[in-house]
Amino acid sequence: MMKQLRFSGSGGQGVITAAIIFAEAAVMEGKYAVQSQSYGPEARGGASKAEVIISDEPVWHPHVEVPDVVLAMTQKAADKYYKDINPDGVLVLDEQLVPEPPDFSNVIRIPITKYAIEKLGKPLFANIIALGALVKVTGLVDIDDVKTCVSRRVPPHTVEKNMQALDIGYGSVK
Amino acid sequence: MKEARLMQGNEACAEGAIAAGVRFFAGYPITPSTEVAETMAKLLPQHGGKFVQMEDEIASFGAVLGASLAGMKAMDATSGPGFSLKQELIGYAACAEIPAVLVDVQRVGPSTGQPTATSQGDVMQARWGTHGDHPMIALAPWTVRETFDATVMAVNYAERFRTPVILLMDETVGHLRENVELPDGDEIYVYPRRKPKKTRAEGYEPYAPDTDLVPNVADFGLGYHIHVTGLIHDETGFPSGSPDVTTASIDRLHQKIEIARDEITHFDEFFMDDAEYAVVAFGGTARTAYESVLSARKQGMHVGMIRLMTIWPFADKEISSAAEKVKGLLVPELNYGQLVHEVERAAAGKCAVKSLTKYNKEIFTPEEIVSALNDLTGGAR
Repeated sequence: MMKQLRFSGSGGQGVITAAIIFAEAAVMEGKYAVQSQSYGPEARGGASKAEVIISDEPVWHPHVEVPDVVLAMTQKAADKYYKDINPDGVLVLDEQLVPEPPDFSNVIRIPITKYAIEKLGKPLFANIIALGALVKVTGLVDIDDVKTCVSRRVPPHTVEKNMQALDIGYGSVK
Repeated sequence: MKEARLMQGNEACAEGAIAAGVRFFAGYPITPSTEVAETMAKLLPQHGGKFVQMEDEIASFGAVLGASLAGMKAMDATSGPGFSLKQELIGYAACAEIPAVLVDVQRVGPSTGQPTATSQGDVMQARWGTHGDHPMIALAPWTVRETFDATVMAVNYAERFRTPVILLMDETVGHLRENVELPDGDEIYVYPRRKPKKTRAEGYEPYAPDTDLVPNVADFGLGYHIHVTGLIHDETGFPSGSPDVTTASIDRLHQKIEIARDEITHFDEFFMDDAEYAVVAFGGTARTAYESVLSARKQGMHVGMIRLMTIWPFADKEISSAAEKVKGLLVPELNYGQLVHEVERAAAGKCAVKSLTKYNKEIFTPEEIVSALNDLTGGAR
């Protein structure tokens, strides 16, 4: 088993953090994971991309060549990062921030940032909602292990909201 | 059983430094090395050490050399632009024989270049960045776990040979996160700070070489009279204008490392038993090269690989004997072509040497290296 995931969006949306947590959960479950990232020199606003490869075997080449799953949190990221996707793969999009979905057979549109604002009061939970959705879409890691990893990483007073964010994302995928 | 953790290369570097006894870090953070400083800032106070964020890159390495002379194992981390600035003090440390480790997490240059993009463009700067004749030790890890081990080694070599050691990382490994199981403290060999073996009354001279040609320079504060200079000096540590002293000083600086050359030349060989061609790679590029070699062998190509961890001193003997055995060597590197010149020199015409370069911010794909292997072998199976 070897799966390649790409998390993309704009700097500050937290896609790199979401990718790190996904990889942490896989390592916790005894799998091999490598996580890499690319971003511009800006702290916020530039294109941001993180990649995770999960495997039963050690992973050598550290970058994704043919992603099985692409998450795009902006239109720009969607247009730029879906092109080399596995034809049997899944493209997961923020419904409002990617108004024009690329022409691909398997697209899942979720109101990720809208949910973060309406249900949790802040857009900054969007990455954790997206993480919950990817856990459901991929079936690669257990949602409870992801909850453990998120709890270790976020400030204590935000744990409860982050758990809700994971559940919202997980539940948003049929 | 130890539990695997997801850890970043730069974090593993800081963990390795702590394990090796580094208790002083001065730095001026720069992408893509910043996490080394960040992690040291977190860990050092927990281990009774000191972290200082300095006003610039030059002052940082100056503080590291000062701390080292005062008895602390000391490290600094930077990237290309900072590496350029520190070159003068690297030479000073080589001449005055001050133990220090400098981590260079390479990014695209020259100058400010591409700050967030990976590169292996500092291979030659690590060797020849500072002026004059001097030896250099540079180690280049290819995994997060090896980054820990290589940092421990870098600190040990700095202490053992009383010399600056470069940990030549690249952004690919520095920013990579992967499974890591770190060794326990009792599994780690740590070279202790060298101490004087004589008292002043017994005629102690700080720069008198021990049997391994390395002097036991006393730390400041131990009660000895020490003079440290970047001028050529005799065994007293004071400057000397003598041609004989000059020759002997420069000879000894080189010889103290040359006599230990086999011990500090670390490399891996993969599939070399039946190899007709081989890849020579290091750092992050070796990861892609290894995957390419696996893939080429599945296609029936008799391809092996030599993965260099020690970049300087260069593995002349090992490359020379590989060149006697194989028909060709492929040298992929993320620069305009640097290590390949050393491979050509060592191969000395005994086999074909082909350079594969890339300097567009991206790492190689396995297909690019397999395709270059196909060109080199002429499709031979």
